Amino acid sequence: MSPRGDAPAGARKTRQGAGGASAGGASAGGASAGAAKLVSGKRIIVACGPGGVGKTTMAAALGVFAAIRDGGKVLVVTVDPARRLADALGIGSIGNTQRQVPMAAFEEAGVKPKGELWAAMLDMKESWDDLVRRHAPDAATRDHILSNPLYQSISARFVQSQDYIAMERLYQIYTDGDYDLVIVDTPPSRNALDFLDAPKRMADFFSSRLLKWLLVPYRAKWINVASRPFYQIADRILGSQFLTDISDFFASFQTMYDGFVRRAQAVERLIEGRETSFIVISTLEEVPLREARTFLDELGSRGLGLSAVLLNKVLPAYLRDPKALALAGQLESETAEIAAEIAGSVTGVDAETLARVLAEMARGFNDFHASAEREARLRKRLEDRSLPVMAVPYMDTEVTDLRGLFTLAEAIET
Amino acid sequence: MLNKRLLFVTGKGGVGKTTVAAAVAVLAARKGLRTLLCEVDGKGELSGVLGSSAVSYKEREMASGLFAMSMDTEAALREYLRIYMHIPVVGRIGPLAKAFDFVATAAPGVKEILIVGKLCYEVRERTYDLVVVDATATGHVVAHLAAPQVLAELVKVGLIESQTKWMVGMLSDPQVTGLVIVATPEEMPVTETIELVERVENETSVNLTSVVVNRVLPELFARSEEEQFDILCSDKGVKAFTDAAGAGSSALLDGARMAVNLRRSSTLHMERLRDALPGDVPVLNVPYCFDPGSAPDLVDQVAASLSEELGL
Repeated sequence: MSPRGDAPAGARKTRQGAGGASAGGASAGGASAGAAKLVSGKRIIVACGPGGVGKTTMAAALGVFAAIRDGGKVLVVTVDPARRLADALGIGSIGNTQRQVPMAAFEEAGVKPKGELWAAMLDMKESWDDLVRRHAPDAATRDHILSNPLYQSISARFVQSQDYIAMERLYQIYTDGDYDLVIVDTPPSRNALDFLDAPKRMADFFSSRLLKWLLVPYRAKWINVASRPFYQIADRILGSQFLTDISDFFASFQTMYDGFVRRAQAVERLIEGRETSFIVISTLEEVPLREARTFLDELGSRGLGLSAVLLNKVLPAYLRDPKALALAGQLESETAEIAAEIAGSVTGVDAETLARVLAEMARGFNDFHASAEREARLRKRLEDRSLPVMAVPYMDTEVTDLRGLFTLAEAIET
Repeated sequence: MLNKRLLFVTGKGGVGKTTVAAAVAVLAARKGLRTLLCEVDGKGELSGVLGSSAVSYKEREMASGLFAMSMDTEAALREYLRIYMHIPVVGRIGPLAKAFDFVATAAPGVKEILIVGKLCYEVRERTYDLVVVDATATGHVVAHLAAPQVLAELVKVGLIESQTKWMVGMLSDPQVTGLVIVATPEEMPVTETIELVERVENETSVNLTSVVVNRVLPELFARSEEEQFDILCSDKGVKAFTDAAGAGSSALLDGARMAVNLRRSSTLHMERLRDALPGDVPVLNVPYCFDPGSAPDLVDQVAASLSEELGL
């Protein structure tokens, strides 16, 4: 279980601002100003955005940055971490319960953190079991639910449950008050901010009249007129045993109704509160950006706090250098002359091969130049909307340790 | 790949799954196959890559022989009830559909079975030569592919029981059904692909047809050229290059270094992927498009690359 600190429940600790003097040398506008801006004074950061843009890695990088620069206890909650992330954090695996990133891992990376870094992953089954244990009115109901075959299947597979669990865990962790900063990496959802509605949907589900109506016949062992057509058809399709299992399951699950609803409301308040800030992460590609824009629209219409649009893997600016582009063009026709000139002054150069090398370099530059120009056009469209845009340049080396994650966070440009 | 009847195309988010699925369907239609392309997760990306208006449950012919539809579980339920329960009046089943949808949301596998059921139905009815499914991403696709088995375990009687049986039969027939996984030559997509291959093997009866590696960067230099490039990158080389070529030379060198590094790391991931896959599963490479133009243009380019890789 999580280590209980002495902090009062309800998490009323105040966090030191990080952008200024306490940030260990970071000054506004200098290197790492972007990351400092994103984490400083924050209590909860929700990293959202389309899949495949590096959300999990960025969430971890911000966590590492905050632990090193700001101090305090920082927790990164991820949905589906890669093996590599656990390795990079220096922990064998990321489990459902929070684990501390060992100080030795920081030492190995050559950095001295001011605070502690913890990591947890959302395990659907374990999280659901925890919930049932917490909300079940008595031991008998609890065991009845936990052993129901439908429950087993639902807790592991129910697609929307991931959204709900993410928010539920966030709330639990926050109210336990053990952490100064919690960074949550959100599950990939079908619709932009599905996960924000998950607690409410879950509460609606349990309070639904439909559910109550559905439960009546099988519990009372009689079928009323209103529900007869439904049951006749459902019986023929699914068979009555399955329906009995379902209604039996919901009957016991309903005993937890009050707990769920209260919980859902509290989670909703937390998300909408000022403690929570959102970062929308995307790459500069058409499809992810389209999805990111719907995230932004929804955050806007809900009045939720957007910290920044964080563009990941942005191609370096030199690819758009007009002089380099001109040179690439020149190399197409004058390769032989330039190669010969170099061969004249550097030993080991074979003019003919070097000419091919230069031609390839020019071709490669033109290719990447086209991509960089496309990215710039897409970026401008975002900036035209006067959104707070930050960018992380493309790294051609892979992040393999804490140092790499820290470097990534430091590279965030405002 | 194109000699199957039902192809599920999946992949980690952001690897170009929808584009590849569309390219496979475009290719099939051009080869004269009556093809249905179905989007399952309802994000509406299909209309974007096809450059068409919104795609709906009712299939529409987008190009000669290429039909597209977007999955809608409620509509699938209506169709199911109409065909198997002989309940034709949509109005009357309104509340019924709502109730059923409610059970389906809660009960595992019911929604998935409606989706997979509709797809299998189209194959069985032989309306199409090939059904290409832009399936859910790697995280959820196993739930879909395994739905008939899961439901078969939970439901022992009723109409569904016999229906799940023929679905399992169809899905597990390697002549009929195949899975295509799309990856990019990067750490996470390759790792997820390898994990998915294992899960598909253990938890479903569907056979892996091929893996498509999308956005493969070109090799910049041959080996002998790489040697010369290294000399060019030495202090003396850089100076000579700058003297000879003037401004812009450092950006050109940086760009080339980046291209070489990216290609190197992607080669490693491609090797890792190849090593982890069963030997008989072909890996199809689709080159990176630096300036693809519009989304439908990209589909065309990917289709052309796949056609070449498949030797069509």
